[in-house]
Amino acid sequence: MDPINAFVLLANFVLVPALAYGSQLALGALGVTLVYGILRFSNFAHGDFMAFGTMVVILTTWVLQAAGIGLGVLPTALLALPVGIVALALYALAAEKLVFGFYRRQRVKPVVLVMASIGVMFVTNGIVRLIIGPGDQRFEDGGRFIFSVREFREWSGLAEGLALRTAQGITIVVALVVMVALFWFLNRTRTGKSMRAFSDNEDLALLSGINPDRVVRVTWILAAALAVVAGTLYGLDKGFRPFTYFQLLLPIFAAAIVGGLGNPMGAIAGGYLVAFSEMTITYAWRRFLGHLLPEGWTPEGLAQILSVDYKFAVSFAILVLVLIFRPTGLFRGKAV
Amino acid sequence: MSVNWRNISLFAALFVALGMVWTFQSPTLALTIVNMGLISAIMALGVNMQWGYAGIFNVGIMGFTAVGGLAAVLISMPPVGAAWSAGAFGAILGLMIGAATIFAAVLVTRRMVPGWPRMLTLIAVLGVGWTLNRAVFVPAINAIEAVNPASEGYLGGLGLPVLLAWPVGALLAAGAAWMVGKIALGLRSDYLAIATLGISEILISVLRNETWLARGVKNVTGIPRPLPGPAEVRQQDWLPGLADTLGWSVNQTAQVVVQLGYATLFLIVLGLLIWLAEKALNSPWGRMMRAIRDNETAARAMGKDVTKRHLGIFVLGSATCGLAGAMMVTLDGQLVPTAYEPLRFTFLIWVMVIVGGSGNNWGSVLGGILIWFLWVQVEPAGRWLIDVATIWLGEDSALRAHLLGNAAHMRLLTMGLAMLLVLRFSPRGLIPER
Amino acid sequence: MSGPVLIGDAMTGGYGAADILHDCTIAVEKGQIAVIVGPNGAGKSTAMKAVFGMLNIREGQVRLNGRDITKLTPQARVAQGMAFVPQTSNIFPSLTVEENLEMGAFLRRDDFRTTMEQVFDLFPILRDKRRQAAGELSGGQRQQVAVGRALMTQPSVLMLDEPTAGVSPIVMDELFDRIIEVARTGISILMVEQNARQALEIADKGYVLVQGRNRFTDTGQALLADPEVRRSFLGG
Repeated sequence: MDPINAFVLLANFVLVPALAYGSQLALGALGVTLVYGILRFSNFAHGDFMAFGTMVVILTTWVLQAAGIGLGVLPTALLALPVGIVALALYALAAEKLVFGFYRRQRVKPVVLVMASIGVMFVTNGIVRLIIGPGDQRFEDGGRFIFSVREFREWSGLAEGLALRTAQGITIVVALVVMVALFWFLNRTRTGKSMRAFSDNEDLALLSGINPDRVVRVTWILAAALAVVAGTLYGLDKGFRPFTYFQLLLPIFAAAIVGGLGNPMGAIAGGYLVAFSEMTITYAWRRFLGHLLPEGWTPEGLAQILSVDYKFAVSFAILVLVLIFRPTGLFRGKAV
Repeated sequence: MSVNWRNISLFAALFVALGMVWTFQSPTLALTIVNMGLISAIMALGVNMQWGYAGIFNVGIMGFTAVGGLAAVLISMPPVGAAWSAGAFGAILGLMIGAATIFAAVLVTRRMVPGWPRMLTLIAVLGVGWTLNRAVFVPAINAIEAVNPASEGYLGGLGLPVLLAWPVGALLAAGAAWMVGKIALGLRSDYLAIATLGISEILISVLRNETWLARGVKNVTGIPRPLPGPAEVRQQDWLPGLADTLGWSVNQTAQVVVQLGYATLFLIVLGLLIWLAEKALNSPWGRMMRAIRDNETAARAMGKDVTKRHLGIFVLGSATCGLAGAMMVTLDGQLVPTAYEPLRFTFLIWVMVIVGGSGNNWGSVLGGILIWFLWVQVEPAGRWLIDVATIWLGEDSALRAHLLGNAAHMRLLTMGLAMLLVLRFSPRGLIPER
Repeated sequence: MSGPVLIGDAMTGGYGAADILHDCTIAVEKGQIAVIVGPNGAGKSTAMKAVFGMLNIREGQVRLNGRDITKLTPQARVAQGMAFVPQTSNIFPSLTVEENLEMGAFLRRDDFRTTMEQVFDLFPILRDKRRQAAGELSGGQRQQVAVGRALMTQPSVLMLDEPTAGVSPIVMDELFDRIIEVARTGISILMVEQNARQALEIADKGYVLVQGRNRFTDTGQALLADPEVRRSFLGG
């Protein structure tokens, strides 16, 4: 019996990575849920929006690196983040002006907007691959670890080690800051409140003199900022590849739906729920059990519920369970 | 019914475009486009049944076509005897345990009252089932995968004629669709979209990772062909004469003959499907489906079981996609799980349906072939465009080389633009619903 | 200043090709309560929507304080001092009571805290529940939020579309009392009511509409006393 080592092992391979991954998903899901709540459609282009913004961040990072500008132990990408946000915000506003705005003014069924978002997804995907190519890009620099396995072992004297990579640490901190800032904005500022009002009851918002175009613009800018932050953090943590970002759509939507579409609190909870489930279900528990069970009881197999290749199945399974037991999501989303 | 010259001229234009490819590029390229275009048209037809007739938003097309493709392997490949004796029993028993577990879990959910006892029973059932499944299944599939892994390492198929795989592929896809539909239909369209997106990713993961089933990422190649191949055609006495008359090489002539054979086969299937679909669309059933699509509440109020009708059409449409998937694997002669990408197999089909005209079967056919034509031809066109547009950068510009290297992705951009333009300026598509 | 604060003068129009209103006139004087009653389908709500600019009228005029506002959008009319409380979906359910009132004052750039205090004085229960989500309140309390939200713009005219629909008789009486109080502060009130008898009791002016036309127009008391009105519209 060795619960301390078991916990450290778990923290290293499940808790810390899931916390980081969950933060990335939560930020992505927040963007999806904001667009859903206010513009009233599921934006299938969100994954590719993330890719677009991250691409700009990567290109800016390269320029900064070439110019010798950096942040020391922190990744240069943090410096490039604002550029990516501005670029994606402009891109999203252009998409609004050229595509989405037209349909919203017609008050079409939401599914038509979803179709249009698929068109935008194709175009964005094409642009990203045209500019940066379909391959992997790594743009992480600065210090690699806040503390490494070896350092942790020396410090604690335990058999198991725990590492915290800079990308993971930054993800958790940045996500926390962004979420707090978002909630402050939505709950404390006039614009934020007007966005929530618009999401609640569009007609009454119009009667109250809330300018719909402004609400829509601010929503796209916020969604863009969230997408770039989520995409950049994911890229720092796991590397950038356009196709991977497209595929993030599934866990992100699962997170948003599980939490209740249109509900920001739910999106965050959903993000962490999906991430932790994915990690615990695809983790090989053999060594963990070895620490906890008496000598000789260690299971022979990997004690892994599903192989890592089936991580999509986890998002899907959670989604299905929620759909069956609580169709409006854990935090009561909008039912439109 | 009056002759619709507009539609006929659209098809004629497409035909002329293909003729130009035949003349200026090569007959084989033209026929390659036609064959895959016909398969795409069938997929589009399937999606059109769901979307155009019933307004069901399915973004899991890729999964259903892949399941259909799997059928081609399971039906036509010769069985691997050693693998069967090594682990078939265990694998099948394991699968049955898995199915029984899920069945038991569903029973528990349905029969017990909500609350902690139900949750605990559910967890216990799933835990026991999973442990049993692992104990039986894992050794069995390890044994199967150890049998001659370089070329086999899977159970193989039934060794039956490959054409049988087409209806079977449709059936497999129908089964998968039934399960998804049971869960997600009747809920909001967004949920169905995400659920279908999810199931398609899972089906592809299964195909990639369950090596014992269809060799996973190692691919199954050499799937038996329904028609003689070019090599056999070359042996025919009449071929050199035909090649002489056409002024082509023997190789090319043989190739074209084979491709025409497939095109005929596909045309027969497509014709049959269109005939059935048109009949269905104009039957009382078709009118009811459209009534449901246009006003679900009213249809419900009239006593129509909307959810059940939706499930029916969802299964039918997915089965059509499965059929097309089996046909595609038959045409390729191989199953390559890594080739299944949602942009290509799900969203491109959507572009076909939207551009062609949702709700109209002929529109789907036109959209299917036209978009596939563009998908193939945009790549060289895009390269040419970038070549011309960046000429001022100079021959040895790195940016120019980089853009030219990525020119293939112009096709995604073009497809998106085509879809957005049609949605905006001709939302009912090229051949609108009547 | 003479003449009514708000008048929809000889309005004719409807949603589509067919007219619903025919030469219909609705007016309200400063600080008074005008009530539109009539059988189902008489065009009561339509008349009110026409006054508020939610449907186009082919003929006739709408004047606010003597100014022609026929061409203005509903939003522009709000800025001119009209406030409208729809019959349903008239609150922001996930916003708190206080935020609902704040949104009512969205157009105002000055300090609206005194107005909010006035609303809280009018509806004391809302002060206690100011931090609660409006969607969690009871039906009557929601209507108070809805009226309070409309009052936040400090309108000269408050328009209410069936404010007592779906609330219990006790709540209805209380709501009418509050509406009288609002009118005493100098705000003109125009409302459509299903509960004709109770509404006419508090009305300075009553309009009985039938098939989009003015059938009877008089003070509330006179209409209540009119035997024909009683027989046809008030159930004896």
